[in-house]
Amino acid sequence: MIEMKNVYKKYPNGIVALNGLNIRINQGEFVYIVGPSGAGKSTFIKMMYREEKASSGEIVVNGMNLSNLKNKEVPYLRRQIGVVFQDFKLLPKLTVFENVAFALEVIEEHPEKIRKRVMDVLDLVGLKKKARMFPDELSGGEQQRVSIARSIVNLPKVVIADEPTGNLDPDTSWEIMSLFEEINARGTTIIMATHNREIVNNMRRRVVAIEGGLIVRDERGGDYGYEI
Amino acid sequence: MKFNTLSRHLRESFKSIARNGWMTFASVSAVTVTLLLVGVFMVIMMNLNKVADDLENDVEIKVLIDLQANEKDESNLQDQIKNLPGVESIRYSSKESELSGLVKDFGNDLSLFKQSNPLRNVLYVKASNPQQTAKIAKQIDKMDGTYEALYGKGKIEKLFNVLNTGRNVGIVLIIALLLTAMFLISNTIKITIFARSKEIEIMKLVGATNWFVRIPFLLEGIWLGILGSIIPIIVVTLAYANIHSALAPRLKGEVFELLSVSPFIIEIDALILVMGVIIGMWGSFMSVRKFLKV
Ligand SMILES: Nc1ncnc2c1ncn2[C@@H]1O[C@H](COP(=O)(O)OP(=O)(O)OP(=O)(O)O)[C@@H](O)[C@H]1O
Ligand SMILES: [Mg+2]
Repeated sequence: MIEMKNVYKKYPNGIVALNGLNIRINQGEFVYIVGPSGAGKSTFIKMMYREEKASSGEIVVNGMNLSNLKNKEVPYLRRQIGVVFQDFKLLPKLTVFENVAFALEVIEEHPEKIRKRVMDVLDLVGLKKKARMFPDELSGGEQQRVSIARSIVNLPKVVIADEPTGNLDPDTSWEIMSLFEEINARGTTIIMATHNREIVNNMRRRVVAIEGGLIVRDERGGDYGYEI
Repeated sequence: MKFNTLSRHLRESFKSIARNGWMTFASVSAVTVTLLLVGVFMVIMMNLNKVADDLENDVEIKVLIDLQANEKDESNLQDQIKNLPGVESIRYSSKESELSGLVKDFGNDLSLFKQSNPLRNVLYVKASNPQQTAKIAKQIDKMDGTYEALYGKGKIEKLFNVLNTGRNVGIVLIIALLLTAMFLISNTIKITIFARSKEIEIMKLVGATNWFVRIPFLLEGIWLGILGSIIPIIVVTLAYANIHSALAPRLKGEVFELLSVSPFIIEIDALILVMGVIIGMWGSFMSVRKFLKV
């Protein structure tokens, strides 16, 4: 369902972040992306929802070929992918409810349906009681859960997360991870870049290691590697 | 577009206007000042144009007929002139009526000429396009039966030159003013958008189309344009009505007059409003563009 062939990415400043990368990820998988800083993990992730465009190579997501995707079609690609950001990207002037509803308003869902869907996902992430609060009244873990709720509210087939536990303490990180596990258990593909050795080693999922813009290791039930 | 979406866009645009109070004030002031200048300018321009047209239309060729020409020669000459391309009208005036015209203008002293009238019979010729006057006069001058074709040589060309330059300068100035207004409004909207660039980025990342992001800002631009055109419309209308009622009576009997208040000033008002809306829309369109490349 996600396939990359010989993907090459050169940024305008001349840095080559991906250097002929190949991968195939099936529906329902849970994939950790690991690797040293600057390896190209974030770039790899941004390729999938077209925040960055590949310089060459072929990328297919949910049957959409991104190499000949028109700019006009990008919004429709993004509606099929939920993205969880390390810095949450919540709007401070909107309540928890409004932040999550935002993702559905933008795709012109019916208000009735929005209300129901948002309450459902807030229930799932355990924030139903805090729906009317503002982001700055929440803890870091709670804010991250709001952003997860927003990423899954329109039932995407894939959720992509770039270091979703990067700013969180270990306990909170585990809470967030179990939430991702639960979402994955419902059949959603999860792709997550992380530096968190403990999580990767305990979850025993597919681990893809990227170094210098190439996949250097890809094993099912793998561990984080990189001994210090 | 769905009704719910449209009402959302309207809500968003009003919210943004209210939330960005000072920026709104600044944009509206910028539009107000420019439209006021453009409005005043257009009123002056259009009236000058009217005066110019009136002056132009007053221009005619005075054809002095040869003393030797008999009635048949005169009607021949008339026919020839009538057949020239670009001649609109032709009017015959005998030397007797010429003299009584002079007597009327300059007094009875001239009436002693009635015994032996030194004047000639005259044809007054009007060109359908006044700018062709000189050319037509030259052709008439060469005809048999013409003693001389007079048209205010030199003076007329100068008048036409002044009028044409005036028109062109006016158009350039109006365009420059409008561009300035667009620049000002697009700058102010850019600042309000900048404050919301994070919101736009998130909208784009969760799958909003460009139009979805753009429409609230376009609406905001329209409101700014409309708000900015209110004062200019009121000022221009009242000022022109007053100036017109003060000046029009004094111009009675002159060859030119001012444009009457209605429908002229209503057309100007509509134009001011339309320009306000267009510069508002265009200004916001240009400033959102940069932020849509997410
Ligand atoms: N927008 C950009 N413009 C230019 N170069 C960039 C850009 N984004 C990333 N790079 C470069 O591309 C390379 C890969 O960056 P990337 O962000 O993908 O690494 P990463 O694996 O996510 O690192 P980290 O673990 O620190 O997040 C780096 O050398 C980085 O400097
Ligand atoms: Mg990164």
